[in-house]
Amino acid sequence: MRSRILPLIATLAVFVILYLIGWQRFPAFGTTRVVGNFLTDKSFLGIAAVGMTFVIIAGGIDLSVGSVIAFTGVFCALAIGQWGMHPLVASGLILLIGAAFGAAMGAVIYYFKIPAFIATLAGMFLARGGSFVLSQDSIPIDHPFVNDISQIFYVFPDRGRFSFVAFIFVVVLVVGIIIAHYTRFGRNIYAMGGNNTAALLLGVPVGRTTIGVYTLSSFLAALAGIVYALYTKSGYPRAAIGVELDAIAAVVIGGTLLTGGVGFVAGTFLGVMIQGIIQTYVNFDGTLNSWWTKIVIGLLLFLFIIIQKVLTSYRGTLTFRLIPGLSRPAAASGTSASPP
Amino acid sequence: MGFRELMSDAAEKQTPVLQTSKLTKWFGPVRALYDVDFNLYAGEVHAVLGENGAGKSTLVKLITGVYRKDSGAILLEGQAIEPHSPHEAQAYGISTVYQEINLIPTLSVAENLFLGRQPMRMGFIKTGEINSRAKALLKTYNLDIDASHTLSAFSVAVQQIVAIARGVDMSAKVLILDEPTSSLDAHEVQLLFEIMRSLKARGISILLITHFLNQVYEISDRITVLRNGEKIGEYLAASLPKRELVSLMLGRELVSVTDEGNTNGKAAHQNERSFLQVEGIARRGMLEPLDLSVAKGEIVGLAGLLGSGRTETAKLIFGVEQKDIGTIYVKGQKTTIRSPRQAIGQGFGMCPEDRKIDGIIPELSVRENIILALQAKRGWFKTLSRKRQEEIAVEMIEAMRIVTPDSTKPVGQLSGGNQQKVILARWLASQPELLILDEPTRGIDVGAHAEIIQLIKRLCADGLALLVISSELAEIVEYSHRVVVLRDRKKLTELTGDDISEQMIMHTIAES
Repeated sequence: MRSRILPLIATLAVFVILYLIGWQRFPAFGTTRVVGNFLTDKSFLGIAAVGMTFVIIAGGIDLSVGSVIAFTGVFCALAIGQWGMHPLVASGLILLIGAAFGAAMGAVIYYFKIPAFIATLAGMFLARGGSFVLSQDSIPIDHPFVNDISQIFYVFPDRGRFSFVAFIFVVVLVVGIIIAHYTRFGRNIYAMGGNNTAALLLGVPVGRTTIGVYTLSSFLAALAGIVYALYTKSGYPRAAIGVELDAIAAVVIGGTLLTGGVGFVAGTFLGVMIQGIIQTYVNFDGTLNSWWTKIVIGLLLFLFIIIQKVLTSYRGTLTFRLIPGLSRPAAASGTSASPP
Repeated sequence: MGFRELMSDAAEKQTPVLQTSKLTKWFGPVRALYDVDFNLYAGEVHAVLGENGAGKSTLVKLITGVYRKDSGAILLEGQAIEPHSPHEAQAYGISTVYQEINLIPTLSVAENLFLGRQPMRMGFIKTGEINSRAKALLKTYNLDIDASHTLSAFSVAVQQIVAIARGVDMSAKVLILDEPTSSLDAHEVQLLFEIMRSLKARGISILLITHFLNQVYEISDRITVLRNGEKIGEYLAASLPKRELVSLMLGRELVSVTDEGNTNGKAAHQNERSFLQVEGIARRGMLEPLDLSVAKGEIVGLAGLLGSGRTETAKLIFGVEQKDIGTIYVKGQKTTIRSPRQAIGQGFGMCPEDRKIDGIIPELSVRENIILALQAKRGWFKTLSRKRQEEIAVEMIEAMRIVTPDSTKPVGQLSGGNQQKVILARWLASQPELLILDEPTRGIDVGAHAEIIQLIKRLCADGLALLVISSELAEIVEYSHRVVVLRDRKKLTELTGDDISEQMIMHTIAES
């Protein structure tokens, strides 16, 4: 238990340190305005990263996330602007399409024993290609309902905003944590990632769980796409290129083992927020090239992968104690009459 | 008495809990199991014995639903069952604990115990209850541990007990233990036997598969012997002498291995110059400073309990692990060995303990496996011609009597004993001067066991220097010219000449 939490503690420490550095240099870091913006700016990445967390804990990977986000955006923009659908109907439809897309990838991975890397790479090309078939250009989304939604936010005392998309992110996060730790589906995902063969022998429905994991990931990617569309008020086929990699980075920085079996949704939240802090710092500074964000994230990734390596190679054998004679059902064959 | 099938009167009166009748399984043209009638009675430990390829694992896999039978029947309490998966067999009340423990290393002990059957409230898992129930459950196995810790943090023995506890707790009429003791030390074996006895007293029937004949007699009530997929007979353990059991398993009279004296010049090599001389090698947490020497044509045995530093010594010498201090001399020359590659360059070879993990490359063919070390020694740019490779492989297959249809068969499909021979062949092909063998006879059947021992002796007679690690004292005593005894990562003493005996080794480990 304790050794499993260590990576999470490391992540928390990095988060706090980076935040304090930011705050020390730019006092605005302490305001809810900046914190609210973290959540809003990173909400789509965060939602996708929650899905990625489950996939990686299960021992897989999902490269299609960014493409699904783009496809969702273009689909919503077209459905609302050209096909005259209500945004809620369009959203519901794309969530179904996303889930089905993920289920298909999961089925391919499970039934044909295709590595997740390959299957989701194919999914990535399909979804990206599909969004270009729908539209070559950026399509603006202009619908009274959408405009209303983006006006929904909670205002903090110091005028920071907790937006609707940030709210969705937080809901996804909480639901994600509950699924991970308090449902059989969640525990089966951990079991599969820990040892797939053993999970099968222990009666884990491996097929159903595998398909479920990728369904969940693509569903959340589609939800992230809706959030992204709300956030940018447009659908663009070139959007969210490489977001899956940012999501993977957030998951790994968040303390999830790339080998599967160990990880925390809460850690992923911290991973996403760490990326937000770095990006905000670079923006505030003004003199730094924005690519410095990537460099720092790259360095952090290295750091956390090394931490993972060190932690997983450490095999401390815990001592166990034998209770002499206590509650022994029967000492030996023949003497089964001994009282407890 | 004797060879006859013996059925106890008591057993004949009751119906077996688990029964197979004329159970048959073919793999293509190969008959893996033929017409096997197997009977497991309530509250007994029943050992299924046989050489590799006798059909033991096929029998277990048919009973547990890993394979589907071709004909015959499996009866549980008189009812015909046909499990399609281990999970389904479990639902019938047949639990299996495998040699490679099939639990989830990254989950907590408690979660492993309750995976798929967690106590729930309104669709959500009650985490706290899992931990407390797990702790209570393990207490009945005399195990007091914090069940919320990750499984992999515990020793193999504890993990095995957890696996048994899970199986029995879920539903157990029948518990199948497949080689449960092969990675346990003597103390842990006793712990396991204690648990088996208490389960037996609760009326659970245990089917035991093992290679350790002494353990068979210690724990089992009944023995079924299989050979070439057929049942040879069913015997009461108490009335089947060990010698006869071995002949039944082999299907021939056993040329006793232990009776053959270890007299051929035990001390003769004392004065010869050593091929390998090791002075004070040590590594923190692995091994205390140790001296050792091996001459050509000499077998030095490393004896000690599991974890006494035997394997660690071999790894430090072969450069798998880096020593902190100490010096290695090869033919009197001070030598630096920092990697297995350098060790190979010095004419060393090593067959590791766990051949499945460290030794064979299961997907590659027999030929490719055999050629590996020789090719590495020559350097990868001086490739051996295909023809030469074939020649070497065929030569080795004949010399070592490796049972394989041809040299192209993937090694993973051979039996354990034959895999071990392939590894030996690999090193012999590279013509080493020193061969380090770590548990060369572990997990292989009786017949192959004797052959490997003969082979070790022959290699020694051919002038090879051998350093051999084994848990089987009888074996060490039989072929070693000198025996280095280790305990707690430290060399205790070195036995030579007439001092080499099982009693002396045990005495040294226990007393000094």
